[in-house]
Amino acid sequence: MADLISLSPCDGLLPVTIGSVTLSEDLPDAMTSLAPYAGQEKALSAALEAAHGMGFPAINRSTGKAGARAIWFSQGMALVQGVVVAPELTEFAALTDQGDAWAVVRLDGDGAEDVLARLVPVDLRRQSFKRGHTVRAELAHMMASITRVGPDAFQVMVFRSMARTLVHDLKTAMAAVHARG
Amino acid sequence: MRLADKGVLQRGKPVTFSFNGRHMMGLEGDTLASALLANGVHLVARSFKYHRPRGILTAGSEEPNALVTIGSGAQRDPNIRATSQEIFDGLEAHSQNCWPSVEHDIQAVNDLAAPFFGAGFYYKTFMWPAAFWEKVYEPIIRKAAGLGALSGQADPDACEKAYAFCDLLVIGSGPAGLMAALVAGRAGADVILAEEDFRMGGRLLAEVEQIDGMPGVDWVAQVLEELRSLDNVRLMPRTAITGAYDQGTYGALERVGHHQPRRANLPRECFWRIVAKRAVLAAGAIERPIAFSNNDRPGIMTASAVRSYLNRWGVAPGQRVTLFANNDQAHHTARDLVQAGLHVAMVVDSRHDAPDSELYPVMKGAQICNTSGRKRIDSITVRSVAGEERIQTDCLAMSGGWNPTLHLTCHLNGRPQWNRDIASFVPTPGAVPGLVSAGACNGEFATAGALREGAEAAAQVLSDLGLEAVKTDLPVAGDDPYNIAALWAVPGKGRAWLDFQNDVTVKDVKQAATENFSSVEHMKRYTTQGMATDQGKNSNVAALAVLADATGRGIPETGTTTFRPPFVPVSIAAMGAGAAGQGLKPQRFLTSHLASKELGAPAIEVGLWYRTSYFPEPGETTWRQSCDREVTMVRDHVGVCDVSTLGKIDIQGPDAAKLLDFVYTNTFSTLKLGKVRYGLMLREDGFVMDDGTTARMGEHHYVMTTTTAAASQVMAHLEFVRQALRPEWDVQITSVTEQWAQFAVAGPKSRELLNGMLGEQIDDASWPFMSCGAVDVLGVKGRLFRISFSGEMAYEIAVPARYGDALFRELLQRVKTLDGGVYGMEALNVLRIEKGFLTHAELNGTVTAFDLGMQGMVSKKKDCIGKPMSTRPGLMAEDRERLVGLKPIGAVKQLTAGAHLFNPDDPVERIYDQGYVTSVGFSPTLGHSVALAFLKNGPDRIGDEVRLVDHMRGIDAICEVVSPVFFDPEGGRARG
Amino acid sequence: MRVTCPNCGERDRREFYVKGAALARPAADAALDEWHDHVNLRDNPAGEVHELWFHEMGCGAWIDVCRNVVSHEVISTAWVSDLGGTR
Repeated sequence: MADLISLSPCDGLLPVTIGSVTLSEDLPDAMTSLAPYAGQEKALSAALEAAHGMGFPAINRSTGKAGARAIWFSQGMALVQGVVVAPELTEFAALTDQGDAWAVVRLDGDGAEDVLARLVPVDLRRQSFKRGHTVRAELAHMMASITRVGPDAFQVMVFRSMARTLVHDLKTAMAAVHARG
Repeated sequence: MRLADKGVLQRGKPVTFSFNGRHMMGLEGDTLASALLANGVHLVARSFKYHRPRGILTAGSEEPNALVTIGSGAQRDPNIRATSQEIFDGLEAHSQNCWPSVEHDIQAVNDLAAPFFGAGFYYKTFMWPAAFWEKVYEPIIRKAAGLGALSGQADPDACEKAYAFCDLLVIGSGPAGLMAALVAGRAGADVILAEEDFRMGGRLLAEVEQIDGMPGVDWVAQVLEELRSLDNVRLMPRTAITGAYDQGTYGALERVGHHQPRRANLPRECFWRIVAKRAVLAAGAIERPIAFSNNDRPGIMTASAVRSYLNRWGVAPGQRVTLFANNDQAHHTARDLVQAGLHVAMVVDSRHDAPDSELYPVMKGAQICNTSGRKRIDSITVRSVAGEERIQTDCLAMSGGWNPTLHLTCHLNGRPQWNRDIASFVPTPGAVPGLVSAGACNGEFATAGALREGAEAAAQVLSDLGLEAVKTDLPVAGDDPYNIAALWAVPGKGRAWLDFQNDVTVKDVKQAATENFSSVEHMKRYTTQGMATDQGKNSNVAALAVLADATGRGIPETGTTTFRPPFVPVSIAAMGAGAAGQGLKPQRFLTSHLASKELGAPAIEVGLWYRTSYFPEPGETTWRQSCDREVTMVRDHVGVCDVSTLGKIDIQGPDAAKLLDFVYTNTFSTLKLGKVRYGLMLREDGFVMDDGTTARMGEHHYVMTTTTAAASQVMAHLEFVRQALRPEWDVQITSVTEQWAQFAVAGPKSRELLNGMLGEQIDDASWPFMSCGAVDVLGVKGRLFRISFSGEMAYEIAVPARYGDALFRELLQRVKTLDGGVYGMEALNVLRIEKGFLTHAELNGTVTAFDLGMQGMVSKKKDCIGKPMSTRPGLMAEDRERLVGLKPIGAVKQLTAGAHLFNPDDPVERIYDQGYVTSVGFSPTLGHSVALAFLKNGPDRIGDEVRLVDHMRGIDAICEVVSPVFFDPEGGRARG
Repeated sequence: MRVTCPNCGERDRREFYVKGAALARPAADAALDEWHDHVNLRDNPAGEVHELWFHEMGCGAWIDVCRNVVSHEVISTAWVSDLGGTR
């Protein structure tokens, strides 16, 4: 019986480098949303810490590190990336597999802030948006999740079906920033 | 003519450009205006209405006359102000609104007919016959009057938009702005300094004046150097703040590519949205002309513009200059000219107490009452107690005083206040929350005062922001008196221009007053004063003063027109930056998109989604052929269709069932594990919001599906109910639409197809109609739902989206071996119409459960959203337009969605309307067209005839009213 | 225009969807007139109003926004979930 071949959301579109900025696709091993049930926030955070070494993130923040990260994802919800969430956490939270629902890209390099300033109506400059900070915000009419993962590096996520638009819009902004010299 | 030792631009960097085909040389740092003047070109444009020869009036973005077209072909850019446009190698500029040339313009004949073209001319002349307006008058007027024209071709250049944030936005980089930026910058505030000019410094670049013992230009350079060294200060030259909006949002237009040769990807302009906690408006002031007969000739400029060209660009605008002024400051023009070795023939000052000078002759208490010179001024006529005197001149500098550039303070409905001392309007403090005005835009015209106000404004901002100011000494600077005595218009015959761009004269304003358009807003619209692209920056106050005089009122009582965004013209391309082509809106693609494209299948837009319309087979030449085949294929064998666009919402938690019971009209708490139920959702007003199925996947775990159209609306609705109405419930929801690729497998052989792919075989007993559960699909964990939107035995199979492409291709191969195939939206639509299933063509926001015959689904045992309102008598009236099916009688005629229904004997008029058609399709199964419609008393009229009329498409057909379920009314096929 | 989301901070209004007046939902068995009033009738004060805003492009929070419709001042914002299910 034939096995089904998996395709990434940005298959055939990335990576691309324009000037000093590189856009590449990230493929976290797993992505699971965690929404704690009533009164279970602390218990969930403790269980998450015990199971995966990271607490439940505060609003607009992320915990963990590259490879195993929990980012605040919306009102009362976090997204764990990189590790398969331990099943015992279902006691404290609604767990939902989102591993295929999002296109995840990494925007990296000097000028990445300027690229995002063309698409996102939120202040993402280093002084106000530090490593580990995350936002849910509009990116060119798409609902995006943006996290600073390095001094000049951002993780940007939009719905999987919009991967092509995301790449198109980021590339256009990258080219415009680069053209200014 | 360029002067050897004047100007503050880079010498030795020549630039070649062309104007009206003539090649010229300029210097780097020249505007097109300064370069043209350096080349002795004074006639630059023709005026809007009278096609009068016009030159360069100003040296800034307020320029009303010198509008040119830059570039050619598709890249041509009309209505660019020569006073703002920097020159660069290869720049190509053309005069506009003239034919055959700016030197010889045929339509200058309009000028001779001027007596007929006064205020209200259009309204009076083109009144009748009415039919002439569109066909005759408008085309003539459009051809005759106007500005430059677009190329008519697609714009090959892009613009961009961007967002910026700061503590303090400083608007303008003259003495006040620089000082504000310096004080705030030193204190560590996050500062943006925006300057519309390409060079920062404001008037300090154009005046001969000392600050702290050094030339003003050097002081500017020193401050800029410090500001550049500060990480917390961002300098934005070439950036005009165009509008002030709520909560500290400012629009700004940056000229990115206008000043250099076109390069790939380089945006022409960038439209910024700057969010600032505080702002200092330091936009300076605009000098106003004086209205006198023939004050619009080439060679007549504002006095400050003459100083700018002389001191900043080292250009002598004339060899024999005259000055007409009503204030002391304007005399600097004469002083600077003489000190530069140029001849000042006369200073005409309307004040009897004007200061004398040893450098130039002054006529006090005198006025210029006329000028001559067709394409460039050659003389002025001066009237004084001694009578009239003609003086030869090739350049007249005029100054009627200054108007503070307070435009932004009006953008949130602020009204400026009249200040008698300076005969000008000044900003009302607090007109824009968080914005403080400083310097000339605040009515403080002396440099020392501007520096002080800039520093004070910054100190106030720092205190608001909780930052500590670093002590900064005020530089020592000039404090020259202004001493203005208002002079708006010189009495006399002939036309005296107020609004140069729209050709409005003193006579027009007086006529408006005579005809009782005495309110300033009426006068403005009647005369078009201030309604050109410069928004009357030079002329509004003078026009107001003339109106005040004509109506015997004072200026404050007469009022002022206020200014609206944008401060400078903004191209639509900049406003809509990024929205051209693919940037218009996000495109959502299915995982089956590429494979479908490879099959040559066309996609149609469904909201943001691209779904496959149909899959053409060899020999099929129309969509109908493909659609008919696909429908028959599903009914007879099996078909596969990507249905991933339907909204899928994961609902978990102890109170999940409560939430479902509350948002659906019917009950879900009774749904058994592994079962699916159809549900109907109402809005609170009792009308239907959406429908769909919800599957129970676990004890406290449900997956809801929504229609494609309402997916985001339903998600927002569920969040609303959860957060706002029932926050005490413990239930979590999240969208999983994108997580799963889901395919409908429909038809008598659907199970046979699936059984070749599933880990465990399924049959009717293990998977009865409306069951669901987890399955193994070719080694991947998937979900299977036995639901049907076609009326056939059907399943929907879902796998994680990464496998969507592979599963679609696999299904594509396997379905062919069963005489089946893939089907698209067209076939899907026909299949569901044959069954009377609903989409948002029917759920159009105006229908109730009763209209759909689903009132029985509104449970009487529980509350739900929309239930109370749905019981209102009007929402359950028998004569409402209610769902029925229609089939044509007689020879098959086309039916159309959107057609209206009438009784066959009634006239086809609105009051006899009986309903409308929502969906149509040709049913290959039944061999005739089928339609769904809403018809008054519909279900009571089964068997009746109705007349279907579509005026738009010329359709007129008699139909029989039938049940909306055309095919397999018992539903036996779906249940298997 | 900018509105402060209790989660995300001050954001551009284009990230929000506005539902309308923030009103208490009548009881299920309330008189139809009361329901009619709730669904269809609105005060239109030239001053402060409470509205329901949804941070659609952001965190998905429903927010009670108190603002002055004359001056456009945003006076306060709060999670509707903190308001006890009265909206």
